[in-house]
Amino acid sequence: MTPTQRVFAVTASLVTFGVILELVRRRKLKEEYSFLWIVTGVAMLLLASWYGLVERVTALIGAVTVTTTLFLFGLLFLLLISVHFSTVLSRLTQQVRQLTQELAILSAERDELARKTPAEDPAGHGH
Amino acid sequence: MTHALVAETPHAHPARLLVVMPAFNEARGIRRVVEAVRDQVAGDVLVVDDGSADETAAEARAGGARVAVHPVNLGYGAALQTGYRYALRHGYDAVLQLDADGQHDPASIPRLLTALHDADVVVGSRFLEPGSYRPPLVRRIGMWLFGRVASALSGQRITDPTSGFQAISREALRFYAHERYPVDYPDADVLAMVARAGLRLTEVPVRMLPSPEGKSMHGGVVKPLYYVFRMSLALFLVPLRRETR
Repeated sequence: MTPTQRVFAVTASLVTFGVILELVRRRKLKEEYSFLWIVTGVAMLLLASWYGLVERVTALIGAVTVTTTLFLFGLLFLLLISVHFSTVLSRLTQQVRQLTQELAILSAERDELARKTPAEDPAGHGH
Repeated sequence: MTHALVAETPHAHPARLLVVMPAFNEARGIRRVVEAVRDQVAGDVLVVDDGSADETAAEARAGGARVAVHPVNLGYGAALQTGYRYALRHGYDAVLQLDADGQHDPASIPRLLTALHDADVVVGSRFLEPGSYRPPLVRRIGMWLFGRVASALSGQRITDPTSGFQAISREALRFYAHERYPVDYPDADVLAMVARAGLRLTEVPVRMLPSPEGKSMHGGVVKPLYYVFRMSLALFLVPLRRETR
C-alpha cells in the first residue's frame, strides 16, 4: 500500500467514525442503534491503519488479493446492518399496529359511553 | 357453549356474541350488510373501519353497529384482530366474522353458530355449498393446494383456506388475539396453527357471492405471486414452531 493510499484510507475511516460519534452525541442516532455502526467504524479504522492485519485475514480466508478481503467484509457488514434494520422495522410495525388497534378499541368504547345515559357510571368500563 | 347464539328472537343475548366486520371504504353497502346481519343474529355488531376515506364509519353506525376506527389503514388481518381484542376485553363468548362487502351471505350465519357448539373455529366453506360463487380457476388451484397443505398439517380437512367467514370461540379468540397472528394474510397458516394448538376446527357450507366491483385482496399480478410466497413460507414455518395457547 502506498503512503497516499494509506493516508486516504485512514482519513476516510476517521471521518466515518467521527460522523457516527457526532450523530450519537447530538442524539440524532440512538445509542442502541449505533452499536453496529461503531463496530463498522472501528473495523474500517483498524484495517486501514494496520496493513498486516488485512494480509493475515486474507491468508486466513484463502482470498487471493487484499481488496477481496476488504470488499467481502464491507459487504458482510452492510448485510448485517440491513438485517438488523429489518428486525427493528418489524418491531416498529408491530408496535404501530398495536397502538392503532388500541386507539380503535378506545374510540369504540368512547362512542358506547357517549351513547349511554350520563347517569350510568363510566368507571364500570375502566381497564 | 351452552347458550344458543342463533336468534330465535333477535337481540336475545346481546352480550354473548360479537359480530366483527372489517371494512375499508365500504360506505356504499355497509349499512345494508349490517342490517342484514342484525336480522340474523342476537349480538352486537362491531365494524372495524380500517382507515377508510369515505363515510364507512357513519354508515355503519346508522345501520346499528359499533365502530372501531383505525386512524391509519393496517390491512384486513389487523382489522380482524382489533375485533378479536375488543371481544376479549369485553367478555364476549364468541366472535362471528364476515366481510363488509356483502360477499358473505348473512343467511349462512346460523349454520356457523350452530357448528360452534362442537368446535372452536368454524370456517364457512364456499366449496361445500353447491350454489356458492366459484373464484377463477388459477385462484382455485392455489386455494386447493394451500388447503391440502393446511389439511395435512392440521389433520383436518380444509377446503376453503382463504375464507373470512368464520365463527370463533373464546378459547380460539385468545389464540387469534395474540401477536403471532399473521395480520398480512391470515388464512391457511392460521387454520393449521389453530388445529396444531389443540383447538377444534371444522368447516360448514356457506353461500358466498362474487365480491362486488371485483375488488379482492389478491388482485393484480405481483400480489398473487407474493401471496404464494408468503403462504408457502408461513406453512413451512408452522411445523417448526411450537404454539402454546
